Amino acid sequence: MSVLSDRMIISNMQSVRRSSQPVFDRVFRWASYGSALLVLIVLAGIIGSMIYGGMPAFREFGFGFVTSSAWDVGRDQYGAWVAIVGTLTSALIALVIGVPLSIGIAIFLTQLCPPWLKRPVATTIELLAAVPSIIYGMWGLFVFAPLFAKFVQIPVSSIVEGLPFFGTILYARVPSGVGVLTAGIILAIMIIPFIASITRDILDQIPTMLRESAYGIGCTTWEVVRHVLLPQAGVSIIGAIMLGLGRALGETMAVTFVIGNANRLSLSLFDPGSTIASRIANEFNEAAGLQLNALLALGCILFLVTFTVLVLARLLIAQVKAR
Amino acid sequence: MGTLPQHLPVVNPPAWARVRRSRRMADRALKVTCTLFTLLGVAVLGWILVMLLIEGGRGLSLAVFTQTTPGPGSEGGGIANALVGSLILTVLGIVVATPIGVLAGTYLAEYGKGSKLAELIRFVNDILLAAPSILIGLFVYTLMVQPMGSYSGWAGGVALAIIAVPVIVRTTEDMLSLVPGSLREAGVALGAPMSTVIMSISWRAARAGMVTGVLLATARIAGETAPLLFTALNNNFWFKPNLMGGVSNLPVMIYQFALAPYQNWRELAWAGALIITLSILALSIAARLVLKKDKVR
Repeated sequence: MSVLSDRMIISNMQSVRRSSQPVFDRVFRWASYGSALLVLIVLAGIIGSMIYGGMPAFREFGFGFVTSSAWDVGRDQYGAWVAIVGTLTSALIALVIGVPLSIGIAIFLTQLCPPWLKRPVATTIELLAAVPSIIYGMWGLFVFAPLFAKFVQIPVSSIVEGLPFFGTILYARVPSGVGVLTAGIILAIMIIPFIASITRDILDQIPTMLRESAYGIGCTTWEVVRHVLLPQAGVSIIGAIMLGLGRALGETMAVTFVIGNANRLSLSLFDPGSTIASRIANEFNEAAGLQLNALLALGCILFLVTFTVLVLARLLIAQVKAR
Repeated sequence: MGTLPQHLPVVNPPAWARVRRSRRMADRALKVTCTLFTLLGVAVLGWILVMLLIEGGRGLSLAVFTQTTPGPGSEGGGIANALVGSLILTVLGIVVATPIGVLAGTYLAEYGKGSKLAELIRFVNDILLAAPSILIGLFVYTLMVQPMGSYSGWAGGVALAIIAVPVIVRTTEDMLSLVPGSLREAGVALGAPMSTVIMSISWRAARAGMVTGVLLATARIAGETAPLLFTALNNNFWFKPNLMGGVSNLPVMIYQFALAPYQNWRELAWAGALIITLSILALSIAARLVLKKDKVR
């Protein structure tokens, strides 16, 4: 109502005054409208190009493209299963390690940290998100992986050897340090800043009065966190976790360095594997013909999965703001 | 409130004395765990930085900044072409993204405020903000590289711009919505057209925040590797002035050199990694300082 009348006043004034002004005013308005629409066009373009580029592969292999674990460039046979499993496994490992760490950091920053320390610590954690993916990859491959092989893979493998279940999933045939678990750990570090900062925002939005009331009746910090803050934050924290999951699923360079890039379905977390993103990064520049289409089809699958996860994440995070 | 329960002593005892042991332990465990987790997070950043300084510092020399990247098996060399290439691509990306991002953010906060369309665009923008950058690389590949028949710096710039736009849109909108409506009303009451109100009142009031957004976007795209792999690629020479063909850039250079079997290549990769990380961290910190200074004022 008020906006409408504002505009009417403006246009009346303009007709009285200089004539060049309304033209610029209109151009400016359309330019901002067009730029906003461009955001939608980019998303549509991404969807379109993935479907268009991946179509030949989907047509050739049908639904079998998703379930087949073949990836044979020589025989021109392609299937996404190994990459899909690798993507999901490494992302889940990242969540299992990263989520408790992130929530712990968020609790530290909002409840325990002395005020003067808050800003520097928060900035440091946020800077973890600024470090480029490729640096995590180099650090993971040249610094972390050798240590991981020496102090985790070799000792653990020798302990679990021959045991049922653990002897399979935690046994390293070649303890080189790279593999699905290493990728998951690096991913966990990379998603911490995202989950931690959103969780911190959510915890900060909870009315101080609730917290103070709980302390007032003699609750300990643990009880306040467990029985007041976390239930209040509720689904929004799940939203933050899903956002982290979206990041982990699509992360490329760091994973490409440390996952080993093997097209093999292995039950061991210490064995090399590959993710959708790492496969694309590895092969795209040398790919031609059907292989290129298969890689774009992989991109299409990655898009569908991350898009779903991110949409859910946004809807869940929006819950706390709506209240 | 009635009378106090009889068993409560009148004098305040030490706070923890009345707390049951199990509750005390749970509380202690939470505090210790959360502090340790935070220390771990800080330590990882420190570890990465120290390692970069040691490994990258070893490879740093004047030649790094003056010579071009060496071919396979040749001695020495530098990363001058990759540094300049990265700078050009990043500037290209941010120059394309800034007007689009600022205008789109302006639409969301000023013209389209409260409309269904603005809500949809905001939602989509948030999705793009977190979308895997490799997909944006693939998109620009099919959009520009395939039709043009060659990798090019232009495609790299566009890919980086697409990654930067959502960051700028988001911060611009956030900062503009902090500007009080009464300022705008004052402008309108003076008879200023909407464009003037936005540019000389809203933008001016939100300037520091918008600069922060652009700086953060620059920091974000400066280290992006995956999208450049499919668009600008890389080469070992000075790129052509028209930016067609491969344009050497730091991230892809680091990716290719770090995994190469030559000692001098690896050293150059570490030196490049040090330079790029320090620049990005400096940009990110500068972005925060701009905003902080404005808040103090």
